[in-house]
Amino acid sequence: MTAVETRPARRDGVGSVSDRGRGGRSGTRGGPGGAGKVLPTVVLLIGAIYCLVPVAWVFVASSKSPGELFTSFSFAPGTGLGANLAELFTYEGGQYLSWAANSLLYAGVGGVLSTFVSTMAGYALAKYSFPGRDAIFFMILAGVLIPGITLAIPQYILLSEIGLAGGPLSVLLPIIISPFGIYLSRVFAQASVPQEILEASRLDGAGEWRTFRHVVLPIMVPGMVTVFLLQFVGIWNNFLLPFVMLSDEGDFPLTVGLFTLLAKGSGAPALYSLAITGAAVSIVPLVLLVLFLQRFWRLDLISGGIKG
Amino acid sequence: MTSTSTPSRAADGGALRPEVVHPVRTGRAPRPAGRRRVPVAPYLFVAPAVVLFVVFMLVPLLYTIWSSLRAYRIELGTSVLGVRVDRFVGFENYAAVFQDAELLASFGRLAVYGLIAVPLTLGLALLFALLLDVPAVRAKRFSRTAIFIPYAVPGVTAALLWGFMYLPLTSPFSYVTEALGWGPVPFLEGNGLFGSLANIAIWGGVGFNMIIIYTSLRGIPTDIYESARLDGASELQIALRIKVPLVVPALVLTGVFALIGTLQLYGEPNTLRPLTTDITQSWAPLMTIYRDAFLTDDLPSAAASSTVLALGTVLLSALVLGIANRKRSEAAS
Repeated sequence: MTAVETRPARRDGVGSVSDRGRGGRSGTRGGPGGAGKVLPTVVLLIGAIYCLVPVAWVFVASSKSPGELFTSFSFAPGTGLGANLAELFTYEGGQYLSWAANSLLYAGVGGVLSTFVSTMAGYALAKYSFPGRDAIFFMILAGVLIPGITLAIPQYILLSEIGLAGGPLSVLLPIIISPFGIYLSRVFAQASVPQEILEASRLDGAGEWRTFRHVVLPIMVPGMVTVFLLQFVGIWNNFLLPFVMLSDEGDFPLTVGLFTLLAKGSGAPALYSLAITGAAVSIVPLVLLVLFLQRFWRLDLISGGIKG
Repeated sequence: MTSTSTPSRAADGGALRPEVVHPVRTGRAPRPAGRRRVPVAPYLFVAPAVVLFVVFMLVPLLYTIWSSLRAYRIELGTSVLGVRVDRFVGFENYAAVFQDAELLASFGRLAVYGLIAVPLTLGLALLFALLLDVPAVRAKRFSRTAIFIPYAVPGVTAALLWGFMYLPLTSPFSYVTEALGWGPVPFLEGNGLFGSLANIAIWGGVGFNMIIIYTSLRGIPTDIYESARLDGASELQIALRIKVPLVVPALVLTGVFALIGTLQLYGEPNTLRPLTTDITQSWAPLMTIYRDAFLTDDLPSAAASSTVLALGTVLLSALVLGIANRKRSEAAS
């Protein structure tokens, strides 16, 4: 029912009583009559409209032909949707599709690798004690505060030294390390992996890797989904790293591709329509993914995570 | 096969691992398993993360600091024209950073932008989260989902969408004001830019932060509210006196991330550049850094400005976290 999960231990109180319920009577007792009910609803709806307006506009605008874009009212639908889409998918020999495929590749592969690296590290930092553990954890925590974007330029220079800059690997490799993902995985492992189950598995003769693979990983799936989604969306939305690293337009992800379309548009206004249609099409899959996967998020990891 | 590779099946040969076998036989001793001796497994588990951290974060960081202390100089050598050499100059580049009026101005613009964007993002996120938590509110799922949607829109795409909402020829807002005879809204000119850029950040950030704070609110046991209601507290009083203090940790965390995000402003102004002449190539510090590193080939300057920016970010975040921690321990004592 609720898209955002709350911590199981505390769900008993809130539990199935979702949006609708939770002491409906008290609304009349507390607030000043009807205003206590209407005003919050109205404010939230204004917020919703504010968030939807630009998205609604880009879909309307993608239906306008380049001529209509600058002449008709913003929210008046146009007649060029089919032509715009055809133009978009055939532009420079279908370059838009390869940008979309690149975005999916970087975000998908990068997200999966990052999730596994984070999960392993988070589990080890949470469930073992070993010399150097605190130093490593402190280093990771400090890494959370470093603005990743300021590292893109030195990363580029260092990767050029070893001849890796320019290609897809130069975008994929730096994003696998995610200090925040490791931090979240550690929080999740601490809260969800019982020590007893590790002991039992070891007594059964399972090695450390087997225990991790068959006992720990299944327990950590909700945390992994959360880390994966955060990383996936983060990489998908990233601009500066691929902008700095990539030299070949064929390797661009959607963000950099759309940016170049818009930048060229100041010289050739027809490209504005292309950039707008491209933006509209690129929003659809990610919004669907996020809406679909919202229910699997364990964002209480973040909201409660700082308590420690 | 499995038992050969793993030494833990030593149940009968207790001498091998007495400290593991004992607690299990006698019941439970709360003992982390890894404490037996220096184990290998945890090092293998953290190895990929540590290696990647060192290669892609630590080394670039040290490299930046190292190159910020150097400079290119033309020196007279054996050749007549002189040769470009790379030499140690200490803090000269940093002195130059703090004397560069345009760069300082860009830090100033970033501060104005941040002072608008961060408080409004957090304030609105908190407001929406508290409203979602009011029992009698209608259409909750719709509002929550709609406000969350911009999270799935990349900053560059968001800047593109809002850019056209700002551009006089396509803006629905300017359409209305022009119909009223007031002329277009100056979204992309002069000081209007601060609000326009901040708005893009607020639009993109409010939903995610709202969900974090709302999740935190849902984690509060409801019986606290029940007793407050029995004492005659209004929903507003409950929100301000009980809920807000309890979500402060979530607010601090979202605040720190909003701050870090703000200081990395790059893609949005860069995307708006084709639409306006008022965004220069050095509007935000990162734009100057990018220009120095790649267009004018002045890496040491770029490195020094990067270090100042990163150091500023870390110090500000640490300051926020430190204040929050002190407040919390004061409250606890």
